Amino acid sequence: MNTVLPRRLTIALLLLLAGLALFPAWGPLAFAAKYTFLLQKLTGIMILAILALSLDLLVGVAGLVSLGHAAFFGLGGYMLALLSPQYEAASLWVALPATMGAVALAALVVGFLAIRTAGIYFIMVTLAFGQMGYYFFNDSKLAGGSDGAYIYVKPTVEAFGTTLVNLESKQAFFFVVLGCLVAVYLLLRVVLASPFGRVLAAIGVNEGRVRGLGFDPAVYKLVAFALAGALAGLAGFLAATQYGFVSPAMLGWHQSGHVLVMVILGGMGTLFGPILGAFILELAHFGLEAVTEHWLLPMGMLVIAIVLALPKGVAGLLLQWCGKKGDGE
Amino acid sequence: MSVSPFLFETKGLTKAFGGLIAVNSVSIGFREREAHAIIGPNGAGKSTFVNLLTGHLPASGGHVMFRGADITRQPAHKVARLGIGRSYQKTNVFPSFTCFENCRLAAQSLLSTSMRFLRPAASYREVSARASEALERAGLAARAGRIAGSMSYGEQRQLEIAMVLATAPQVLVLDEPLAGMGKEESEGMVGLLRDLADTYTLILIEHDMDAVFAIAKVLSVMVNGTLLESGPLEQIRASKAVQDAYLGDGAEAY
Repeated sequence: MNTVLPRRLTIALLLLLAGLALFPAWGPLAFAAKYTFLLQKLTGIMILAILALSLDLLVGVAGLVSLGHAAFFGLGGYMLALLSPQYEAASLWVALPATMGAVALAALVVGFLAIRTAGIYFIMVTLAFGQMGYYFFNDSKLAGGSDGAYIYVKPTVEAFGTTLVNLESKQAFFFVVLGCLVAVYLLLRVVLASPFGRVLAAIGVNEGRVRGLGFDPAVYKLVAFALAGALAGLAGFLAATQYGFVSPAMLGWHQSGHVLVMVILGGMGTLFGPILGAFILELAHFGLEAVTEHWLLPMGMLVIAIVLALPKGVAGLLLQWCGKKGDGE
Repeated sequence: MSVSPFLFETKGLTKAFGGLIAVNSVSIGFREREAHAIIGPNGAGKSTFVNLLTGHLPASGGHVMFRGADITRQPAHKVARLGIGRSYQKTNVFPSFTCFENCRLAAQSLLSTSMRFLRPAASYREVSARASEALERAGLAARAGRIAGSMSYGEQRQLEIAMVLATAPQVLVLDEPLAGMGKEESEGMVGLLRDLADTYTLILIEHDMDAVFAIAKVLSVMVNGTLLESGPLEQIRASKAVQDAYLGDGAEAY
């Protein structure tokens, strides 16, 4: 398990990133009237990519298949809704750390109970906690129940009385989300290369041996669970900011499964793979939907085809293409 | 309390799986820097004994003492941290990591904690140095960059030992290090183990009697979960009870 990407792949990924970052420049020329809609679409996909990245830390790296990860995504969104005064803006400097802190805490509690189990039981326990979160917001009066809740004014980003970024601007928000995506990716790359990340990756490969070498796997898994939860909370916060609306569906197992497919399709444990997975899945959805109302059928076939043809996901194929051999450090 | 002559010892150690008593009140003492082999036919409870010794299984009764402290209830990762390193009967490495990365991970036990998130693991010089040293000692220096899963079986067995060495243990508990090895590979491993016996307190579980006699100074014989006899090599060789129960039976006993 190497933490350095082949150079050709790095260049290819940077080119894709540049193309994405320059979308506000070439998008209006290429898509004219549809540009604003597409800008928002891409922003939404990047938010899901952050969520997929955070899940990859658990599923791909530590071998913890969570089917309740969306609960932390939804909780992040609801935190913003709850922290925003009804007709005023919340300050990002307060709302974002409070959201991520609260979600990390929730993940710590859920993780503490869930990581005692392994394999299929871990999947079931995370699924159960995810659904508990769903019904909590669905059935309680806390934030609109099953109708969801609105965030009428987006959070402000101010320093010394001046607005740094106006999140009401779709273009500015696009760049904020892009920045978050890049930052989360780089953060996870750094963490994976650290002593903590090495132990976590080793747990994903052979947990028993990690214990035999003197590390307590439970502690490492718990910290990873909380970190992944906090990052999912960030994604939820961004989603709530973008749509100005949160609903219980954000927490449900549908959403968890959706993100899991992104991770598997993209390539587990590679970090860049799940980002690609998010784009492929969402753009395929978008493209097929435009052609036929029965888009779910070709979509399902596409997913099956990719999983069958590429057991290591799209990332596995790219790594193979870029000549990454098995050995050599 | 009298001072025990042993670095590491078990007192009446017992493990029952339901009605089956796999290890029955076994008391063995291991002296510092003494190569001690535990032999016995299949099903004698040797592997269970090792798992009890290293905290991989909870004991049903009795005690494990290390440097005068009772470590019976310590979980495996804490036992490892105390300086009791073990290897496994079945090859147990991280196949997708390189040979060096396997050892570097083991050497991270040098850090007070691996809960460090930002600095690359590769930049901890003392950790990398210890990993290299362990690879060198196990004769794998030339293989550092190979993906562990792509190495030969014998090399993976060597890596298994290198990983234990990288944790800088005081006691080495080796569960059948020669299992499944060819003749030539075995000879290399026996040489390595003899070398290690000079530096470490070695506890060796092994079927290969030639290897046992070449490495160990003290032998303990287990049969049906009980300790039949324990003592210096010559005493065990001459023991009538051991011959009857085990050695004398020749090939059948395996």
